[in-house]
Amino acid sequence: MKLYNRGIILAGIVVFLILASGPFWYGRGRAVSPPDLKLDTPAIEQLKEKLCVEPAPYMRANHMRLLNDWRDSVVREGKRTYTAADGKVYKISLTGTCLECHSNKEQFCDRCHDYAGAKPACWDCHIIPEEVR
Amino acid sequence: MNLLTSFIAVLILTLAALGFAYSTGLTYLLTVVIPYAAFAVFMVGFVFRVVQWAKAPVPFRIPSTCGQEKSLPWIRTNPLDNPSCLWGVIGRMALEILLFRSLFRNTRVEILQKRPVYDSAKWLWFFGLLFHWSLLIIVLRHLRFFIEPIAGWINSLSALDGFFEIGIPTLYLSDAAILAGLSFLLLRRLISSRLRYISLFTDYFSLLLILGVVGTGLLMRHFFPADLLQVKNMALGWVTFSPVVPKEVGMLFYMHLCFVFTLMVFFPMSKLMHMGGVFLSPTRNLANDNRMKRHINPWNAPVKVHTYEEYEDEFREKMKLAGLPLDKE
Repeated sequence: MKLYNRGIILAGIVVFLILASGPFWYGRGRAVSPPDLKLDTPAIEQLKEKLCVEPAPYMRANHMRLLNDWRDSVVREGKRTYTAADGKVYKISLTGTCLECHSNKEQFCDRCHDYAGAKPACWDCHIIPEEVR
Repeated sequence: MNLLTSFIAVLILTLAALGFAYSTGLTYLLTVVIPYAAFAVFMVGFVFRVVQWAKAPVPFRIPSTCGQEKSLPWIRTNPLDNPSCLWGVIGRMALEILLFRSLFRNTRVEILQKRPVYDSAKWLWFFGLLFHWSLLIIVLRHLRFFIEPIAGWINSLSALDGFFEIGIPTLYLSDAAILAGLSFLLLRRLISSRLRYISLFTDYFSLLLILGVVGTGLLMRHFFPADLLQVKNMALGWVTFSPVVPKEVGMLFYMHLCFVFTLMVFFPMSKLMHMGGVFLSPTRNLANDNRMKRHINPWNAPVKVHTYEEYEDEFREKMKLAGLPLDKE
């Protein structure tokens, strides 16, 4: 069986194969190591129990929702404390609570956000503490 | 009935995803082995179908056009609807592929007062276009999981798609649009009795499967978030040939994967191949140059002919005796 219009058909197939396998060419087979998150800030070093507001797996997947709820509860309801699942009470503040421990935005927040292509809108309103200094 | 079968098929896939999630061995299969297998089936199947189509000869140009053919210089031609050269064909194909031009001409006929009345019907064109463009944008946005560092244009596309910054994480406009498009495409098959009559298993199954992919994706983005770090590690692992099994990514993620791999395997053997097929539509991709060039039918059988020269050679002497005129003496 003959292949008709062979030139254009083969060109089309080659273009399809290259586009569909694009990420393979982009990676060129080099293994990429996942981002290295630094948890060694002075504030964290001083903690007896190295625990976040909620358990780490929950925070990893849901921190954006928690922060969203925090924003709503402060800005819309004027409620400035958060009771965690384990009963501990925290002051609701991005700069005062979150960034108190995670004072290394570039080595903590940004690394993962850049890696996953997330563009949080936190810094549209909030200042980055280091920038003030 | 067809709807019920396809619904059951999608349910079986969902249950399979549950099974994949609860067993370590099966999770390995789903996140390390099946991705490569599904991708290979998709690529090989796609090329196979195209090659199969290319084996069918298209000997003659089919001028099923909506515009004036190129003829005398003082007759105004329509180069996009009735192209006579390559550039015209490229223009017509671009309009067809990017804007679904022939679907734009969709009409509806109804019997009103015992007379057939024709009317334009643009809803299918609109929602079809909405669905396909959203799907393209969503596929391109997903590249952020497959490449590192993420190319700037992918981030720009995502930023543009989430322009209105509704909610956290941002609602992508393409996500809303694809839901609208899919709902229309499914509902028209369910509501219109004429369409329900001609709808097959493959019609419902493709729609429900894509709806499953979109549904699980949206649920993961807005209601039950998956750990994106794990997701990206896994996706990058695939393309750099060092696959890793993700940890704690949740049920929905396995369902999403299960649907996507089924879609990739189902793709080359289904009507979804119109993705490649649209490029090979003979009424769209051939210039109408029947009167300018000779197109020879490739399956013409060799015909044994006896030309006049040969005839004259054979009967020269007899013709001379009979006094008939001869071309050659």
